[in-house]
Amino acid sequence: MLEIKNLHAKVDGKEILKGVDLTIRDGEIHALMGTNGAGKSTLSNVIVGNPKYEVTEGSITFNGKDMLAMTPEERSYEGVFMSFQLPVEIPGVSMTNFMRAAVNARREALGQEPLKATEFLKLIRDTQKLVDIDKKLVSRSVNEGFSGGEKKRNEIFQMAMLQPTFCILDETDSGLDVDALRVVAEGFNRLRTAQTSALVITHYQRLLDYIRPDFIHVLLDGKIVKTAGAELAKEIEDRGFDWIKE
Amino acid sequence: MKSEEFASVKQNSNEYVKQVANEQYKYGFTTDVHTEIIEKGLNEDVVRLISQKKGEPEWLLDFRLKAFRYWTSMEQPKWGHLVLPEIDYQAISYYADPTSKSKNADGKPKEIDPELIKTFDKLGIPLEERMALSGTAVDAVMDSVSVKTTHTKALEEKGIIFCSISEAVKKYPELVRQYLGSVVPYRDNYFAALNSAVFSDGSFVYIPKNTRCPMELSTYFRINARNIGQFERTLIVCDDNSYVSYLEGCTAPMRDENQLHAAIVEIVVMENAEVKYSTVQNWYPGDADGKGGVLNLVTKRGHLRGNNSKLSWTQVETGSAVTWKYPSCVLSGDNSQAEFYSVAVTNNFQQADTGTKMIHIGKNTKSTIISKGISAGRSQNSYRGLVKIGAKAEGARNYSSCDSLLLGSHCGAHTFPYIDCHNNSAIVEHEATTSKISEDQLFYCSQRGIPTEEAVGLIVNGYAKDVINKLPMEFAVEAQKLLSVSLEGSVG
Repeated sequence: MLEIKNLHAKVDGKEILKGVDLTIRDGEIHALMGTNGAGKSTLSNVIVGNPKYEVTEGSITFNGKDMLAMTPEERSYEGVFMSFQLPVEIPGVSMTNFMRAAVNARREALGQEPLKATEFLKLIRDTQKLVDIDKKLVSRSVNEGFSGGEKKRNEIFQMAMLQPTFCILDETDSGLDVDALRVVAEGFNRLRTAQTSALVITHYQRLLDYIRPDFIHVLLDGKIVKTAGAELAKEIEDRGFDWIKE
Repeated sequence: MKSEEFASVKQNSNEYVKQVANEQYKYGFTTDVHTEIIEKGLNEDVVRLISQKKGEPEWLLDFRLKAFRYWTSMEQPKWGHLVLPEIDYQAISYYADPTSKSKNADGKPKEIDPELIKTFDKLGIPLEERMALSGTAVDAVMDSVSVKTTHTKALEEKGIIFCSISEAVKKYPELVRQYLGSVVPYRDNYFAALNSAVFSDGSFVYIPKNTRCPMELSTYFRINARNIGQFERTLIVCDDNSYVSYLEGCTAPMRDENQLHAAIVEIVVMENAEVKYSTVQNWYPGDADGKGGVLNLVTKRGHLRGNNSKLSWTQVETGSAVTWKYPSCVLSGDNSQAEFYSVAVTNNFQQADTGTKMIHIGKNTKSTIISKGISAGRSQNSYRGLVKIGAKAEGARNYSSCDSLLLGSHCGAHTFPYIDCHNNSAIVEHEATTSKISEDQLFYCSQRGIPTEEAVGLIVNGYAKDVINKLPMEFAVEAQKLLSVSLEGSVG
């Protein structure tokens, strides 16, 4: 369970989050909507510990542990995963080597033996099938020359490899056509267990047609100003955010 | 992050960097062995003394003296993009023999001092024949003297000569005389003249005609004694239709004062012959404040004398306070092919000015240059290269690619490519890129659970893999580890 209390955060000296409270229980899907610059990406980056963002006040606990005291790697080992809005390219590093480093670092942190090469390759093959990702992508360098859709699909592939318990989907729908969106969303749904919880950040309702949220929050100017059920997305789609501000 | 937490994380990472700086050079130990060292200083008498100690013939002493006299008329060059500490040539000893105690009165060795065997064991180079690395013959050189060459018997059966150059001077004087100085004359440059005057030991390789050398040949250079200069001299001759792969490794103890290593490597490649020369250079780079470290001032050159000959230089340079070297190729034979693959890593206060020269003389000659510079800390890393196409080099072809990778914002990467083309049918290509490991890349890795140090290793090895892949297998694994270790503590 993720519990955020009175969270304030700065980036480049400018305060973006101005007191966010949010509780996500096991198995729940929460959607976060809001205008550009409202602080949605700041919130997700703060949760995963991006060092560019500075927390000035408040707390984040995850399964009872103080998340702000953990490094980004430790948060990852605890089961936190972020699907990046703009996945970065790492030339020269093959997806296979990258994933092996990630999987084995996690296993080491959990006190498990590293996977043998054959076991690892089997895991890769099985996961490829599960999320229906092109074999060729796995032998290429991390995200290098991937199309927008391939990058997002690759994020879901990594999610499947690492089996997190809490996922952040940061504008996973941006830059995707409807078909790609459906494939990615279906991939995510297939990976979900009853315990998996998620924070889905989006501008549009259409992603939420595939990933049904239990709650929708509206973040405006660094604060959550409205929380409601799935029906809120439709209303925002029709009316925008201005009516909420008033 | 709260400010006090931030401070504590910063504190911890400083601790970590310190720890790594202390740990990272694992070859920094010294060997306590009786070493005969001659008086410091350099003059004609010293040159004569070295020659006498090695029991050399008159012609070689003559060669040394000519070189010495020429050297005294020269000044140390200043064109390198380097801040080279003042070298006091009179404060260095030019000959140190760690095997002197184990020699009989006639100078022939009795047995190897167990301390020396232990030292090379520790460096991963077992010298006892039954333990020796299978598939690799090793010549182990400490300070000025070759300690032992393994697998010589097996090689002799094929007519291959692999021994120290001192031994070769005695056993095969005609061969040595024919080729020594034929690729790098003593007048070539300041350090070549110095080396020619006082060279101590190194390896001699001769592959006879129509012979494929059945194992890797390798020389391991170790500097041990204090205030000595090491003047390696290596000569490799690969005769018609033959092949050899040669590896060179180097380490030195951690000392506060600079140590000098001024080497010459000469390679002669005859018709249809092929030589692969690989170096993993890991001399002590100095401490995190730039104190100490080896000054590595080296002339390496190969002469592709025969038609259809091939030569490749592959180097992974992670050590030395200062590296100044340009393994070069003179492509005389028609259709000859030369390659230069280099990864040069500099961290802390290290400086490297390295690259290659490709001199195309023969027709349809082809050269490839792949250079990858990686700079971290406050280091300076320069690529300097010359591609020269002679007037008669019809159809010559060169492709050069020089990439620089920067870690952090206090280091420098520089590229000085020279192209000098005198034939209109030649095609010369040059590509260069500069990139930086971004915080976004490192954060992406840490979100997936990959710690930053490991991520840097992954990215750097990915960046350098085109070159690493050219190394023989065992060397490639070693080089990968070395790249990661050399850059530990460089990001944070």
